[in-house]
Amino acid sequence: MYPSDRKYTNDHEWVRFEGETGVVGITDYAQQQLGDVVYVELPDVGKTVTKGEVFGTIESVKAVSELFAPVGGEVVEVNTALTQSPEQVNGDPHGAWMIKLRPSSAADAEGLLSAEQYSDLVK
Amino acid sequence: MTDTPSDPLKTTPLHARHLAHGARMVPFGGWDMPVEYSGITDEHMAVRTRVGLFDVSHMGQLELAGPDALAAVQHVSSNDASRLKVGQIHYSALMSPEGTFVDDLLVYRMADEHFLLVVNAGNIPADFDYIRSQVAGFADVDLVDSSARYALVALQGPAAARVLQPLTGADLSGLKYYWFTHGEVAGIRGMISRTGYTGEDGFEIFVPPADADRLWLALLEAGAGEGIVPAGLGARDTLRLEAGMRLHGNDIDRGTTPVEADLSWIVGWHKDAFLGREVVLRQREEGTARRLVGFEMVDRGIARHGYPVLVDAAPVGIVTSGTQTPYLKKAIGMAYVPTGAAEPGQTISIDVRGRPLRATVVPLPFYKRSRS
Repeated sequence: MYPSDRKYTNDHEWVRFEGETGVVGITDYAQQQLGDVVYVELPDVGKTVTKGEVFGTIESVKAVSELFAPVGGEVVEVNTALTQSPEQVNGDPHGAWMIKLRPSSAADAEGLLSAEQYSDLVK
Repeated sequence: MTDTPSDPLKTTPLHARHLAHGARMVPFGGWDMPVEYSGITDEHMAVRTRVGLFDVSHMGQLELAGPDALAAVQHVSSNDASRLKVGQIHYSALMSPEGTFVDDLLVYRMADEHFLLVVNAGNIPADFDYIRSQVAGFADVDLVDSSARYALVALQGPAAARVLQPLTGADLSGLKYYWFTHGEVAGIRGMISRTGYTGEDGFEIFVPPADADRLWLALLEAGAGEGIVPAGLGARDTLRLEAGMRLHGNDIDRGTTPVEADLSWIVGWHKDAFLGREVVLRQREEGTARRLVGFEMVDRGIARHGYPVLVDAAPVGIVTSGTQTPYLKKAIGMAYVPTGAAEPGQTISIDVRGRPLRATVVPLPFYKRSRS
């Protein structure tokens, strides 16, 4: 269910490391809890965030939620397609990435959850 | 809401059925209710284009009967119940002495001297106590809380009549909007009301609680060919907002009057007396400082309940309802704004989590069905 090629947070984000970048999205559990996603607000490229900092906002019909950076770093790419079709987050949460970060510190990855640990968390 | 966290949530007679459908359940007004089954957008679209089925058994029923029943209803309710024929329904306000909403309600004239009030779930005990105290001076009227005697399901959408007609001997083509009739549905004796909270054609069906599940399944089966879906409170809220219908506790409450809420049409202006009459009469003559309006976001963003309304960067009002609506696909809402900013076409700003975003005042409702 939860791909093992990435790490997870207690706030229900995932991060997949591809060489020098970390690709960030939200989990299937998170999209289920939100319901139909209708709005995604993402940062500009070049913004720097710290681990745990709010990097964006996601809204479903019913609710507003904040997006927290799983690791700190500089935003190097933003999935602008999501602002046009936010429903992709419901359809393919583990494919619909939101931002790519250049991590500022390898230490930030410590404490992130494995797929197995995350599965237990949301069980 | 008077419930404390320690109160166990109440359940409707369809609770087990909702769990069997895999609904997401939430606490609402002291009840454990389905918020969504297949998803708010899917359910919303089904009701706009086909048909949806809601459990609204949490709604309350209060009945007034006796020779003074009409006078009692006229005293506590803003609308003019003397104009209701037996079998007819209207929307009204349960009025405070200050001219504000204790609740909003539907008034059913069951007989010349018998009225049924459908009130909001979270307000049932408070409404009952309030009405009892306010009508104590009327000699010959009985007030009964009959909420436990009724399960209530709402069949809503353009296909609603096509789904319901084969299940009942009642002639639905002769049943006008805001009228009701008694009859059997799927062999269950009940009351069929052509009302709803979605802006679509539809029916609300009152049956004994023990028969609710059988009715629910019969309606789902009868509606299968029309693409019926069970629908939850989430879609109910987005549907009513598109239709410009006020939600008590959000858009109207003990601090707002029918005139401020732009609901002057539910006030029986030529009635001699009712609670709060002087206040609303004065407001009608002198105007009010603020008014409830509809708005559409111009800038990208969604306004939500409680967000401040800004004019010239100063907070002047408050958003009472707001969402991104599935059918119109727009971010819309309702807000109280100064009367000077309440005309359609005027630009206001909404403080969306610290960012002022532009919105335009638009006429209510946002969505109006085409009547065939």
